Amino acid sequence: MKEWTWFQAGLALAASFLLAVVLVKPIGVSTQFVIFDGMVARVVQPSLVEADASAKSGYTSSNPYLNKSGGKYAANIAKPLNYGFVFVLAMLGGGFLSRILRKEKSLKQIPDVHELRYGSKAWPRYLAAFIGGQIVLWGARLAGGCTSGHMMSGMMQTAVSGYLFAAAAFAVAVPTAFLVYKKKGDA
Amino acid sequence: MEILLAIILGGLFGFVLERAQASDPDKIIGMLTLRDLHLMKAIFSAIGISSLLLFSGIALGLIEISHLSIKAMYPGVLLGGALLGLGWALAGFCPGTGIVAAGRGRKDAWFFLLGGLVGAWIFTLQFAFLEQTGIFEPWFGGKATLVDTGAKGTTALLEGKGMLVLALVLGLIMLVIAKLLPLRPGQKQEP
Repeated sequence: MKEWTWFQAGLALAASFLLAVVLVKPIGVSTQFVIFDGMVARVVQPSLVEADASAKSGYTSSNPYLNKSGGKYAANIAKPLNYGFVFVLAMLGGGFLSRILRKEKSLKQIPDVHELRYGSKAWPRYLAAFIGGQIVLWGARLAGGCTSGHMMSGMMQTAVSGYLFAAAAFAVAVPTAFLVYKKKGDA
Repeated sequence: MEILLAIILGGLFGFVLERAQASDPDKIIGMLTLRDLHLMKAIFSAIGISSLLLFSGIALGLIEISHLSIKAMYPGVLLGGALLGLGWALAGFCPGTGIVAAGRGRKDAWFFLLGGLVGAWIFTLQFAFLEQTGIFEPWFGGKATLVDTGAKGTTALLEGKGMLVLALVLGLIMLVIAKLLPLRPGQKQEP
């Protein structure tokens, strides 16, 4: 299948981000990891989120993070069918749909850059992805957003936080990628 | 209605990220090792185009201002951004592209998501402590933008007339960067 050029990809991404703002609000993803965590935690400990008419969102949590901004996260944990969470679930579906329409039989599971340097065993790749995921989401929550929310949605609105987030992310990501994935002997 | 929009917009975004090859760790690492700047050119052009249209729409009164949402600036944005960069380079996924890659059927992406859920939960438990360190103290008045968007509770760093022009210039700069970046640095240019 012929892949999109960078400009076609840019146009399609621009359309996604712009449509989201025009119709609802800027795209953001990383918050939903907390929401899902909260849903799971609430199964174990139902008292984590409770209805409270005096809270702005109608819900409170014993956890200060879930309780901030008038219990906004707590409310989303209590009501899984909310915009942000369904949006992220739909992203899974979008990725699936795109693959189906590609009609590719096989999907290479281990990235070439990983295989070239670390071999084709699966578990080192899974470990790198798992550890990377922990660092990415901890960092994204500290920053209050990720590549979607800060970098794309933020810079689109000329948010200072968006520019500085992008600068910090690339400043660390580029040397790290060189260190971890540059083949020995490569220039 | 809002749920229907969530399905349509989320589905579209997931589809587009996959087609842009942003959910392919080889493409991400290729960008970060400056060998293949396809994605970087796509990102810059996307920001440029959407910004141009957004500010044009605001000027024409076509955009509901309450839909805008400016994130606050504080020290944690820099530290968190740096950490995201570290994990991004290690895994080859960011939160959004990890989700799309998992939907696409990549097993490593499911491990990334699992790690992400652990990381997000650790943060959730540490938040009360982190809040006392001053890492969330606002900089530049918190929700700061370069150009005045008119969004509630935000500060514009640059004020005065000609704001629309400035926004359009910023958008164009993004587009020019996207155009000028070489697709494959250090190799003969392909069309």
